[in-house]
Amino acid sequence: MIRTLPRQRGYTTAFRIYIILFYLFLFAPLVITCILAFNDSNFPSLPWKGFTLDWFLADGPQRIGLLHDSSNMRSIWVSVQTALWVSILSVVVGTMAAFLFEQEQFPGKQGLYFLALTPLVIPGVILGISLLLTANSLGIFFEDTLGLDIPFLRPSFWLVVFGQFSFIATFVLLVVSARLKKFDHSLEEAALNLGATRFEVIRFITLPFLRPALIGSGAVAFLMSFENFNTTLFLVGSETTLPVNLYLQVRDGSTPIINAVSFLLIVSTSTLAVINLIMTKHETSA
Amino acid sequence: MAPVLDIQNLKKCFGKFIAVDTLSFQVEDGCFFSILGPSGCGKTTLLRMIAGFQTPTEGQLLIRGRDMHAVPPNRRPVNLVFQNLALFPMMNVRENIAFGLKRQKIAAAEIARRVDSMLERVHLPGYGDKDIAQLSGGQKQRVAIARSLVLEPSLLLLDEPLGALDLKLREQMKIELKKLQADVGTTFMYITHDQSEALVMSNRVAVMNHGRFEQIDTPRNLYSNPASRFVAGFVGETNILPVRVTSSAPLKVQTTFGLELYGTAVSQPQGDQLDLFIRPESIILDPADSIGDINLFSLTVRSILFDGSNTKLLATMEHSDFELTVALPQNQQFSHIGKGDTVKAGVHAGSCRCYPRG
Amino acid sequence: MKNHLRLGLFIFLTPVLLWLLLLIIVPHIELLIMSLHGKNDTGDMVWTLANYRHFFTEEIYWYTFVRTALYAIIVTILTFLVTFPVAFYITKVVSPRLTGFLTILLLMPFWVSELVRVYGWMILLRESGVINHLLVSTGLLKVPVEMLYNDISMLMGLVYTSMLFMVVPLISSLESMDDSLIEAAHDLGASPTTIFLRIIIPYAAPGITSGAIVVFMLALGNYLTPKLMGGKNSLWFTEQIYNEFIASFNWNQGAAFGFLLLALSSILIWSGLKISRQHLGKALS
Repeated sequence: MIRTLPRQRGYTTAFRIYIILFYLFLFAPLVITCILAFNDSNFPSLPWKGFTLDWFLADGPQRIGLLHDSSNMRSIWVSVQTALWVSILSVVVGTMAAFLFEQEQFPGKQGLYFLALTPLVIPGVILGISLLLTANSLGIFFEDTLGLDIPFLRPSFWLVVFGQFSFIATFVLLVVSARLKKFDHSLEEAALNLGATRFEVIRFITLPFLRPALIGSGAVAFLMSFENFNTTLFLVGSETTLPVNLYLQVRDGSTPIINAVSFLLIVSTSTLAVINLIMTKHETSA
Repeated sequence: MAPVLDIQNLKKCFGKFIAVDTLSFQVEDGCFFSILGPSGCGKTTLLRMIAGFQTPTEGQLLIRGRDMHAVPPNRRPVNLVFQNLALFPMMNVRENIAFGLKRQKIAAAEIARRVDSMLERVHLPGYGDKDIAQLSGGQKQRVAIARSLVLEPSLLLLDEPLGALDLKLREQMKIELKKLQADVGTTFMYITHDQSEALVMSNRVAVMNHGRFEQIDTPRNLYSNPASRFVAGFVGETNILPVRVTSSAPLKVQTTFGLELYGTAVSQPQGDQLDLFIRPESIILDPADSIGDINLFSLTVRSILFDGSNTKLLATMEHSDFELTVALPQNQQFSHIGKGDTVKAGVHAGSCRCYPRG
Repeated sequence: MKNHLRLGLFIFLTPVLLWLLLLIIVPHIELLIMSLHGKNDTGDMVWTLANYRHFFTEEIYWYTFVRTALYAIIVTILTFLVTFPVAFYITKVVSPRLTGFLTILLLMPFWVSELVRVYGWMILLRESGVINHLLVSTGLLKVPVEMLYNDISMLMGLVYTSMLFMVVPLISSLESMDDSLIEAAHDLGASPTTIFLRIIIPYAAPGITSGAIVVFMLALGNYLTPKLMGGKNSLWFTEQIYNEFIASFNWNQGAAFGFLLLALSSILIWSGLKISRQHLGKALS
């Protein structure tokens, strides 16, 4: 049954086959997507017609590679900017929330904590439409009463940032809280006892202790934002993020340029994920 | 000169529970002062009040004559070695020791000099650049003490810092700590539930129970003249026999199985029900007939608990089932004693200390 | 000391309150208000229950609603069935040297955007897709078959995209389980089935609950996968919401649908927590 117990051969073999099939299932779509990014064909399908880098590098007139596809390149840049802002905001507010719920005492704490967790269990679509409605109503209100036109309240870059932030902050809160729970408060007391001020305690003891959680949750927040679709779809303005842009292309028929984008996404996110994993492993083992 | 620590009517309550109950005592300069008590007796609360992590409910706390009431923990001239040491894992040994000095904005060169001399002093020269995780238990111990001592506090508080070490290392650290204190001359206030730590290292020991001090004394007096029933039972090993007073002046008592013994009353007995305390090593086996003023009885050996220099006999008294623990000196004189033997034994009336039944 | 603490509370509390108030509470109140508004015959905005009445009278709406809920539950169960053996294998069966590697490998695909993963399945499964090409060229099939755009492919896609959120809590709860529990049960004569049902499943219950909640919520709120992998009319409720917002521009109707979806997911998650006797905080962490 487990490593240490005697097991039957049939059981082991069947189990192993299942696991192999599972990993095949897991990787098949990604591997195929990557391979077909290099197929010298105008459609992302077999047969294999030879290796080409056209879908990355070609500059017209028959084929336009990713590097010269301004719409996709622009959306990648928009996504990077969005993800940067979202991860910064989420890490700052999520960490403050973690401090609030782990270290402070105030009436209504339980209720507020529950409220802070809900964004993760509210479907992303709902977060998107409710924020859209609110921003729209506020925009109309400002325009009617004050004669102000606030572009940020229309579907726009910043609305996307706030929409994604609203639930990614909860994720950061959970990760940082978990780390903060493991924090030995005698370290803070020791620092105070050695003459540190409260600010110095946070600066020299608490934040360095939280660093792996901050880096880790920041990286995951970046990825969550970068690939978010459900919430973004309703809030996006003229500056489309990459997932929304890709969706519009996939819906209207596919070209290998989508494979090329996917290839780059797969390679870069896997690299980022592995680096993040190795770093957190290293930090926690040290 | 004012005593290092002067505590007057200090009290701490947590709701209805009284953790520290109206304590008053002083600690003299250069003293190794221990507070010995079972867990939950209030010793850690007392320590945390001195360090400033808890506010007393009532009473005064003076360090070198200065009232500490409004002084936050980071401004008090005391340092604390935590039970779990609380070494900063994100810093190396040098940074740990330099942490307090840096907070005082001392010049880098001076910090380096003082850290190095401190490392020398705790026998860890050259360990400055090691990570905390690379150190052994005993080394961590010394770093934690160095980190506090380097600030030259008026009073160093130690909260059971040897608790996490294994037995061998603990024995070694006891001696090292005593030497270190004698060497630096800083006043140490040491908290422990381990009587041997308190007895071996201290100049003075306070035995604490239920938020009060039962006795403050030298280790020797504490052991040989325990002032209360609790101290007699808590410090050192002892046999306890319930007895009834048959005559006073001189005090004569009778055990439940009818044996009559002369004893010494420690406090004025109230009623005639007492507890008789006899230390295992005060029972003399095969006493010479010449010794007078001694209670005599026979023992039947049930088993021998061999433990090197600490070997004991478990024996029943006279014709009863009452088991007595008796120290068995390992000097060949008693090597003939075996299980089932009957031995003659005696104990001085002065070693039969009677306390009111608790 | 006291003042310092109050100041700290104030510094931490302000941004958290702003976040929750402006981005969570107010928008959801607005959602409710909007769903209760509608144009009357003269074209003015008035309070009305028409949007909700509309939902119950139009068969297609509540049919889609019920269908979405049932399929989301099926997806949750399927995801558990598919991933549990994997989690068990990784934590308890395979040699510990491989555990780390297999876990990393398991998590890697999920860092990639959901859209890319769905796209991968599309080029595998569709009529001109890779699988059809392979089957036809090996002679197993005479003509290509459309394997995409049906309920099966949609369910598979949903399971595929949600697996991570089930397998991670499963792995962490199984990891914390001491092998000696299983050994002890074996030693006391329990059969593998008994060990599984009486020891392993109860132990992993918290992980199963948290995984199930997240998977269910994600499946219910998913838009991409049903849209791209389901049939021409995949009938997923989020699509109705999208249609009202983007296509029909009837935001009040869309708000009502949104509110109904929110209520459905809240009720099912809440009952899931009640049945398994868990707290939201525990289930999420």
